[in-house]
Amino acid sequence: MTAVTARPDVVVPRAPRPSTPPSRMRPSAPATAILLVGAAYCLLPVVWVVLAASKSPAELFSTLTFVPSVHLFDNIAELSAYRQGLFWRWMLNTALYAGVGAALSAVVSAMAGYALAKYSFRGKTTVFNVLLAGVLVPGVILAIPQYLLLAQVGLTNTYWSVLLPSIISPYGIYLARIYAAAAIPDEIVEAARTDGAGELRTFVQVAIPMMTPGLVTIFLFQFVAIWNNFMLPYIMLGDDRLFPLTVGLSGLLNQGASQPAMYTLVVTGALLSIVPLVALFLLLQRFWQVDLAAGAVKA
Amino acid sequence: MTEPRPQDAPRRRATGARRPASAPAPEPPSTRAPRRGVARFGRQSAPWAFLAPAVVLFALFLAAPIGYSVYLSFRTEKVSGLGLGSGSRQEVWNGAANYVSAVADPEFLASVGRVALYGLIVVPVMLGSALLFALLLDARRTRARRFGRIAIFLPYAVPAVISSLLWGFLYLPGVSPFYWVFERLGWSVPSLFSSNLVMFAVANIAIWGGIGFNMVVIYTSLRSIPSELYEAAELDGASQVGIAWRIKIPIVVPSIIMTFVFSMIATLQVFAEPTTLRPLSNSISTTWTPLMKVYRDAFTRGDLYSAAATSVVIAVATFVISFGFLRLVQARAFGQEER
Repeated sequence: MTAVTARPDVVVPRAPRPSTPPSRMRPSAPATAILLVGAAYCLLPVVWVVLAASKSPAELFSTLTFVPSVHLFDNIAELSAYRQGLFWRWMLNTALYAGVGAALSAVVSAMAGYALAKYSFRGKTTVFNVLLAGVLVPGVILAIPQYLLLAQVGLTNTYWSVLLPSIISPYGIYLARIYAAAAIPDEIVEAARTDGAGELRTFVQVAIPMMTPGLVTIFLFQFVAIWNNFMLPYIMLGDDRLFPLTVGLSGLLNQGASQPAMYTLVVTGALLSIVPLVALFLLLQRFWQVDLAAGAVKA
Repeated sequence: MTEPRPQDAPRRRATGARRPASAPAPEPPSTRAPRRGVARFGRQSAPWAFLAPAVVLFALFLAAPIGYSVYLSFRTEKVSGLGLGSGSRQEVWNGAANYVSAVADPEFLASVGRVALYGLIVVPVMLGSALLFALLLDARRTRARRFGRIAIFLPYAVPAVISSLLWGFLYLPGVSPFYWVFERLGWSVPSLFSSNLVMFAVANIAIWGGIGFNMVVIYTSLRSIPSELYEAAELDGASQVGIAWRIKIPIVVPSIIMTFVFSMIATLQVFAEPTTLRPLSNSISTTWTPLMKVYRDAFTRGDLYSAAATSVVIAVATFVISFGFLRLVQARAFGQEER
């Protein structure tokens, strides 16, 4: 997912607005109503899946969707039993691909962004422009040649085939450069060097702590991007024990076309797969906002 | 990149190990060494060492695949005899023939037409709603702003495949609550999976997934406007709508252009939603979008060469769109650190 905006300015916290007379602050019913309609539209599928996952396979097709039932735990048990817990394995795989991939991506981006922001060296502009061009390369277009190249070295259908291409994120490098430029004063780097710290030590002990909020943002963006990337694992993986949730569930839906009983598994699986992410999301929602603000505005 | 020399460590611990972590930058000591020309060992090679992982991964997973793709797009497989046995299939140079047939392929043209129509639905509706909701979130007279922001941003956390699953069931007459209601009312409603309507069904999923993210980007940009800018207008009695239209929207235009370009790029690449919905609908062909055609050519037909040519065509189209835009904003985006 990319989120560059055109505003280059550093975030200017909005000054507290002067208190307005109460008459001017009266709530606007139409404005609130439109916002609530939008919220209802966005919540509708989420509410639906919670209710639908509580229905037995027979009920799914026979009762009004918005009437809940009592079979949620039966469904979860059945899903867990499906091919010896394959679903939970998909979940672990997803955590591995998105978690480890995003963490490595944040580290690689931090190193590159720091180098580009805080050193002057020959070829810097060229390197940056080439990396930046990578932002514009449609990721999915890469999937087929990536598959062919990884096939030649025998890495397709392994964890590496999904993990390795996910680590490089030109957009992450771009964000990291902007964060490093804005968050790390040159004087501090100089002071660390004067104190005798080597370049690596300066980076790890001085730059990284100052870049942390930016790095968390890069991690979150990359986490969602990998978690969302369907085509790469879809192409790379043949063994369904290596699938992430998205590819696994899409395959289950495929089977549902011939065995409608599968639909209950798919619905329950969809619910269980969005629960952790939505929980993480709500937990970090303040953080998302702040960091999206910092990232998007600075970018 | 060099490890700190052993004698450096204790000295550093004594002087300023905690210093950098403190948020406000302390004044640099006035006696510090001149910034340039301190030839510390490793200073020249350090940036390259820091860049190395990124450059290597970039070369392996971006540059090499692109190069390979372009190379393949000019090749083809020549079959001699019956095509049996080793040596009967040979890869040969094919010039621009793959491109000619890719661009002239009616299936490709149909998929491009479909994606163009899809983009015409998705992009204006998604960005228009994102702008509207961002303005509502920014307006003090709106209530339930916090709830609205979280609810509308929430779909961003749901991957396209899962949201396609959810909407797919909501479209499916046997399961959908809407059809249930329509049936009770005695209405007969055409299936959303029919060939006329499936476009809207897919577009709705993209809109659902994209509004929140774009809303937050535009909202962020609105929040960075100093409020004095329109407080004066407010005191002069300008309406909230007038302020939004005359002051707020013009200021967030750059953000809107940016979200616009990224939405167009995403449109060109649409793949996950229709692929997921295919088992539910007969109206989605294997070449419904350009990328689905690339996938089919490469993996179902095994014709990598024409798949590569089609990929290159899509990539070039994407580049033309995004580069044109990037030139527009580059001067502003990178001004800040050049001193």
